[in-house]
Amino acid sequence: MILEVKDLAYKYPKVKEETIKDINFSLQKGQIMCILGPNGSGKTTLLNCLANLITPSKGMIKVAGKSIRSIGRREAAKEIGYVPQFHNAVYAYTVREFVTMGRTPYLDILGTPKKKDIEIADEAVSKMKIEHLAHKKYTNLSGGEKQQAMIARILVQNPKIIMLDEPTNHLDYGNQIRTLKMIKELSQQGYTIIMTTHNPDHALMLEDKAAIVDYGSRFIYGDSKDILTQDNLSKIYGLNLEMIYIKERDKKICITSI
Amino acid sequence: MENGRIQEKRANKIEATDKSNMYILLLSVAAVIIFIFSLGLGQFEISFIDTIKIVLSPFFPIEQTWDATMSKIVLEIRLPRLIACVLVGGGLGLSGAIYQGIFRNPLVSQDMLGVSNGAAVMAALAITLGYTDYAVQVAAFIGGIIAILLVLGITALIRNSSSLVLILAGIIVSGFASSLLTLIKYLADAEVTLANITYWLMGSLSNVVFPDLRTVYLPMILCIIVLLCIRWYINILSLGDNEAMSLGVNAKGIRMLCIITTTILIASAVCISGTISWFGLVIPHLSRLVVGDNHTKLVPMSFVMGVVIMMLVDNVARTLSVTEIPLSVITGIVGVPIFTLLLIKQRVDKNDFRS
Repeated sequence: MILEVKDLAYKYPKVKEETIKDINFSLQKGQIMCILGPNGSGKTTLLNCLANLITPSKGMIKVAGKSIRSIGRREAAKEIGYVPQFHNAVYAYTVREFVTMGRTPYLDILGTPKKKDIEIADEAVSKMKIEHLAHKKYTNLSGGEKQQAMIARILVQNPKIIMLDEPTNHLDYGNQIRTLKMIKELSQQGYTIIMTTHNPDHALMLEDKAAIVDYGSRFIYGDSKDILTQDNLSKIYGLNLEMIYIKERDKKICITSI
Repeated sequence: MENGRIQEKRANKIEATDKSNMYILLLSVAAVIIFIFSLGLGQFEISFIDTIKIVLSPFFPIEQTWDATMSKIVLEIRLPRLIACVLVGGGLGLSGAIYQGIFRNPLVSQDMLGVSNGAAVMAALAITLGYTDYAVQVAAFIGGIIAILLVLGITALIRNSSSLVLILAGIIVSGFASSLLTLIKYLADAEVTLANITYWLMGSLSNVVFPDLRTVYLPMILCIIVLLCIRWYINILSLGDNEAMSLGVNAKGIRMLCIITTTILIASAVCISGTISWFGLVIPHLSRLVVGDNHTKLVPMSFVMGVVIMMLVDNVARTLSVTEIPLSVITGIVGVPIFTLLLIKQRVDKNDFRS
């Protein structure tokens, strides 16, 4: 078991109700979990708890058998990689410099990256096939290219679990699908993936686990094809949704009309 | 065809090398030469060779080709002044780069955020109350820290950490501090203290002697070393707190360390030389033109650039006219047009103000 979450809850200060509560699930190596839920339902809160960015008010998160609170931030960074939703750097670092930042948890406390660290970054750049971008400025990249550079940085960080906050947001259709394909490939390489998404089809396309967060009232977790049902989805989005089975592809898709 | 293109891309990648370190080294060599040249510069001109000999004479047996007056001018009048140039110029340039990095905003500096004015208020108060040395320095530090905490407090209250709000909070605190300064000046003894405070606030290194440096050099050098050591983490902090934390960095802790060390630097600089406007804002931008945005290069470059520019500015201040020109006058007159040009050149993206 690579990730175990028990009785997790989070309450924002000055807010009465817990934003998320009673979260229980576990993931194996190489599994993908998509978190769905309406706006403001606590998807990002849950992801931030899991990524060790905020301290849960209750419950426990274990990565590879160890509680992430106990191992410390630096060690946790070697286990969990995090891709935020907006990553617009203020300063124009080159892609190579940006990717090298993934080595941070492995550097000496007062150190700067050495030749070896830059070589590791170059390897990740080659792996993502973005060599042509290595000396371009990160701030000048397109959304899709930024996503690739970001993943290269995560590969350098070399975590067991990668968390992505709405990775397909702000991308054109082609890049959305390419991102999903990349996520699938990462899971096949043994990375465990947790991502949030607004698109049930994306979760279905990835054909693995899904979770629904619905305003803290309930948390549903299971295989995406089992829990992303007509009923569940209609309820959380307040729409009349239909799940239609496409025989030619042996797949379900989510359809609604306006 | 496709294959050929990929190979070309790879070759392209390996070939590029980073010249930044070389530029930093070259400017450092230039700094040493300007330092020695500046020791000889002034109403009593001393040749470059003689200056080197005088400076090295306490350490090496060198045949004396100069007279006692020359040695006194170089070692007792100009040397402390140039050491002050190095500490103040380097310290302010470096602090500017750190501020712009940790606040993720290329438009802020110690002046913009009111830290310089805050430090000046408390230092002026301490001076009017008759304190000297360490007490003035500690007062300046407290003033600087209060200023930056107020700025951060205001942005927290507005619940908006955008670049624009940060700058507005800086304007508020800075404006308040300059009103307090005016009050202190108004209340000060017009015969002696008022003139002293006013002249000191315009920025000057003219009266610096070794005893003045006694209390500031150690904290300044220590802070400069600390900030140079953690320069990589400025890159990480500039990505934002969440990304920094996800990379295993204690973002709040490092930002606090940066704020404390830069405030010590700025407070010490204010004690020696008063407030020198525009310097902390412009130096990092000039440095970025040479070495780019990576803080591993930018932070040391801003230090060296600050040292060089401060020596040049001070040379102009003491040689252009018979009486000394306040440093802020020169840094303002030269700095403002340069900063405007840089802004136009970089075409500062609208996002910089919003995000």
